[in-house]
Amino acid sequence: MRYLLMICSAEETHIGLDPEDHRALMERYAKLQERLTNAGARCVEFRLQSTERATTVRVRNGETLVTDGPFVETKDRIGGIFVVEAADLDEAIRWASEIPQAEVGCIEVRPVWEPEDYFS
Amino acid sequence: MFRREYGLILAALVRRCGDFCEAEEAMQEAFARACVRWESTGVPRNPAAWLLRVAIRYWIDRMRRRQRDSDAVRDLAEFAGDEANLPAAGEVHGDEASVPDERLRLVFTCCHPALAEDVRVVLTLNTLCGMTAAELARVFLVTEATMAQRLVRAKRRIREARIPYRVPEVDELAPRLSSVLAVVYLIYNEAYSLDGEKIAERRVLGGEALRLVRMLESLLPDDAEIAGLNALLSFLEARRDSRSDSSGRFVPLEDQDRAQWDRGLVCEGREWLERAIRRGAAGPYVVQAAIAAVHCDAERFEDTDWLQIVGLYDRLLVLTDSPVVALNRAVAVAEVRGPEAGLTAIEEARLRESLASYFYLHTTLATLGERAGHPAEHTRAAWMRARELASNDTEREFIDAKLGRSDSPVVE
Repeated sequence: MRYLLMICSAEETHIGLDPEDHRALMERYAKLQERLTNAGARCVEFRLQSTERATTVRVRNGETLVTDGPFVETKDRIGGIFVVEAADLDEAIRWASEIPQAEVGCIEVRPVWEPEDYFS
Repeated sequence: MFRREYGLILAALVRRCGDFCEAEEAMQEAFARACVRWESTGVPRNPAAWLLRVAIRYWIDRMRRRQRDSDAVRDLAEFAGDEANLPAAGEVHGDEASVPDERLRLVFTCCHPALAEDVRVVLTLNTLCGMTAAELARVFLVTEATMAQRLVRAKRRIREARIPYRVPEVDELAPRLSSVLAVVYLIYNEAYSLDGEKIAERRVLGGEALRLVRMLESLLPDDAEIAGLNALLSFLEARRDSRSDSSGRFVPLEDQDRAQWDRGLVCEGREWLERAIRRGAAGPYVVQAAIAAVHCDAERFEDTDWLQIVGLYDRLLVLTDSPVVALNRAVAVAEVRGPEAGLTAIEEARLRESLASYFYLHTTLATLGERAGHPAEHTRAAWMRARELASNDTEREFIDAKLGRSDSPVVE
């Protein structure tokens, strides 16, 4: 079963990191990716650009409305995602707790609808 | 009549069907068949094994009808016997047919931290203790339909988020076990906080909490915290009947008739506590049990060794960092060094902020204020605030008595 791990943290936790710390952080992510690959659990992951560059799209009465910024204004936002293959929630939680950002923000873990779920 | 076996059979069934709702349906069917069948044949030698086997056969049948024949179904058919007839009363007995104990899986799944705490409580009572939605609705003051829906949602969440059905691995066991123990303790506290007239429900719930912790002890022997909780609940249960008077009114510790305390349970509590201490580092339940033991040691309230209790609360604070513990510590401090010292401890721990809407903060402020001779309008305000926060009639009546007693000049 696949789980989406959403990395939520305050925007400030990324910006302003000195290059040394930033490199160390990226190193940790690379290590995590390696572990995911070795475990056969790695599906896909993205680091997202700042919410300053977000655009929100809505369609109402057939009309496409485009607004500047994220769909909700909060201090915390989604900075990146992982999709992992895990046997159960505990396994997904273990991967989530290995994401460095879990130490400063939080990781929301959501099961993905798999084709077989539509028939059960 | 089958409440004792309910959790055992359900746990074994969930293990085999891999799903709570399916397992429950099969189990209900097996119970229904048993009622009819045993009328004529008598109760089999091993009723739990009989029920499990019949439930599994029913489940296999359903799976096949829905054309979901899988390896798992075929394996089970081998275990349960394939024929459609019910097993004879004498057929299911002995070791080969005894029910394997899977309740530890069940308890860890029902108390999984991915479920909300109140959900863990009702789910544990429902699956492990066999309490029905109707019984739970009476205890938790909601309609049966609401409770039934809450249970179904919880079971669906377990399936859809794939909360695993297994005992956590050693490196996760301690935090997960503390979640289980918290649920058992909550169940016991729920029993304690019920209204005076709900005496029957209170007994049932308190009894289930005790049964759960004894079950945990048998499934995970050698754990210090389980023994600690066993000790704590034994001490609390020993004082149960003296906590309320004949009309169900709450009686505080200092006014309790200590002759009424159940000496047998106190002894049991002591044995559990010694066992817990022998098992190693004292966790929060062991320390709480030690505090309860000090209270039980005192023949009169005035004989209580408060200095020791303050020391134990200091340790508990290090372990839990909980404002409620800090409040209890302040009460103990007041007994050692006077009410003003207790009030100072409340201020120092900034409990007016962290426990602003906590009933016992305000009763404590009122009681200590009265003892320190503070102006009546101050203590009255604290009693009034507590009354607003009271969660049941027993608490409200207790405060009304206090308000009536205080000869306050304040006019409402």
